[in-house]
Amino acid sequence: MSGRIERAFTRARKAKRAAFIPYITAGDPNPERTVVLARALERAGADILELGVPFTDPIADGPTNQRAAERALSRGTTLSGVLGLVRELRYSSELPVVLFTYFNPVHAYGMARFAVDAAAAGVDGVLFTDVPVDEAAVAHEALKRVGIELVLLVAPTSTRARVKAVRRLAGSFVYFIARAGVTGPRTSLEEGLEDQVRLVRKLAKARVVVGFGVSTPEQVTRIAQFADGVVVGSALVERIGELGDVPELPGEVEAIARSFALATRRK
Amino acid sequence: MAPLEELTQAWQEARRDRAFRRELADLLENYCGRPTPISHAARLTKHFGGAAVYLKREDLCHTGAHKINNALAQCLLARRMGKGRVIAETGAGQHGVAVATAAALLGLRCRVYMGTEDERRQALNVYRMKLLGAEVVGVDAGSRTLKDAINESLRDWVTNVASTHYVLGSVLGPHPYPAMVREFQSVIGSEALLQIRKQHRSLPRLVVACVGGGSNAAGIFSAFVPYRQVELVGVEAGGRGTRLGEHAARFAGGAPGVLHGTRSYVLQDQDGLIVQTHSVSAGLDYPAVGPEHAWWHDSRRVSYVRVEDGEALDAFHLLSEFEGIVPALETAHALAYVARVAPRMGSGEAILVNLSGRGDKDVTEVARLEGVAL
Repeated sequence: MSGRIERAFTRARKAKRAAFIPYITAGDPNPERTVVLARALERAGADILELGVPFTDPIADGPTNQRAAERALSRGTTLSGVLGLVRELRYSSELPVVLFTYFNPVHAYGMARFAVDAAAAGVDGVLFTDVPVDEAAVAHEALKRVGIELVLLVAPTSTRARVKAVRRLAGSFVYFIARAGVTGPRTSLEEGLEDQVRLVRKLAKARVVVGFGVSTPEQVTRIAQFADGVVVGSALVERIGELGDVPELPGEVEAIARSFALATRRK
Repeated sequence: MAPLEELTQAWQEARRDRAFRRELADLLENYCGRPTPISHAARLTKHFGGAAVYLKREDLCHTGAHKINNALAQCLLARRMGKGRVIAETGAGQHGVAVATAAALLGLRCRVYMGTEDERRQALNVYRMKLLGAEVVGVDAGSRTLKDAINESLRDWVTNVASTHYVLGSVLGPHPYPAMVREFQSVIGSEALLQIRKQHRSLPRLVVACVGGGSNAAGIFSAFVPYRQVELVGVEAGGRGTRLGEHAARFAGGAPGVLHGTRSYVLQDQDGLIVQTHSVSAGLDYPAVGPEHAWWHDSRRVSYVRVEDGEALDAFHLLSEFEGIVPALETAHALAYVARVAPRMGSGEAILVNLSGRGDKDVTEVARLEGVAL
């Protein structure tokens, strides 16, 4: 199951590029569109899909993703609904899926039951935005049993000791937050990002993907030179929000995603 | 996590530092007016015809509520940590006013996040904060109340963590906040324990406090928890009904969940989504409760009851008319519970109520609810 993530990274590296990891919120603009959008992203060159589970109190997200979550929730998207969407995607696609979720919906669902159902649906990895590594052992155990990877966040403020703690629980990659703060577009990248990524890769002994605030193809190209993967979220989500549920939505999203995917080439 | 570790360490160092403790004690005494007295509510006692009612007068603190105890302490801590900017969330506005006050006193920049629904209900406090030099930012997301103000404060904090300390106002959020805020509020309980023994010549039979996040309750309960003969009651907002979404009674309608970095009782639906809450009082209008209250609830040391909007409004009038004290609507919930039980108790027994804040801020909202044009 998690072999899909591993293969995606290997394929990207062989093609001399960083993995392209687009993010969208499941159920935005409505649940019927999610699978269509996922397929569009795959056609555009996505290596891994990061799928957000909408939550009422998304404290790690900026306004763009907050509004996306509101749109998805207003269409009745729930965690079990998201698992249903992944299952539907699996009829036609082997694109690895990492769920980007807050802890409480999973807590309410029940960790063990969630792990089993997520694996059956075809989820490859789970990232909890609000579970620090100190509290992640239970989730790690439950997910490992069903072959799902736990994806952990590393912040620019994380100490060496914390990054080493991440190593014990991390799967094939860790997610490095490009800049202190919440998700959302930024005009500039942090100084010293490259050194930080190299240090995290060494300490965590895992691949490092970079996200939070990556919003232009130029930024993607810069990051792709030293990171194993790049996550692009708000730039896509913003466009989905602007367009809403129109017939040309998948085509538009595919076009933007392609410009990011092409930017992941290594020089 | 790194900022939380830094904060934990700074707090641990500060509480062992005599100079820090002395400065805080000095400010509490000479700036806030502590110790606050305990008043025997003689007319109210007679009206109920039962237990003697005593009021711990946190409303007499500078800025009019217990919130200043914690705000001053955390702002001192922020200065000690070398942070020149503080941020805070506020519901009823009392914590925001307290932080704006402490920031003005200590020369820190201050920004307060407040839900737009609360801004409307507590317009007076919004202007007070601005007078004190704070910037007030309305949060127009979710339920537009305290919960959403906390969301926005957390986002600000993670973005500006190097320069900023987040002064959380209740016994909520990730460690060390619940423990730290309780400790800064425990001055209420330690004063009250000595005072009630002196005035009533024994321990009270019952201690009552309202519970939003739970800081005033944690402050007064903490001193009485070891005395098993003292019954402790926390009063939650029953809002306008018992259906999910109509109240903020976490122990009656909530289930264990994780919100704002704490595992506690949370009002949520079966999908783990946080539900809207309602209370006439902005300070109690929050879907989770401090984790220590959850522990006290599960270990049965404290019982939690609910009081609906109407009952709280009646108690608001009752205290104003019988004792000449206009209480905060939050506090009125605790008083409403006292009105329920005091008549059934013996005259030799005492009830101690934490009068956590004064009601000036609520006067216009109460007038509006009762259809009085000002």
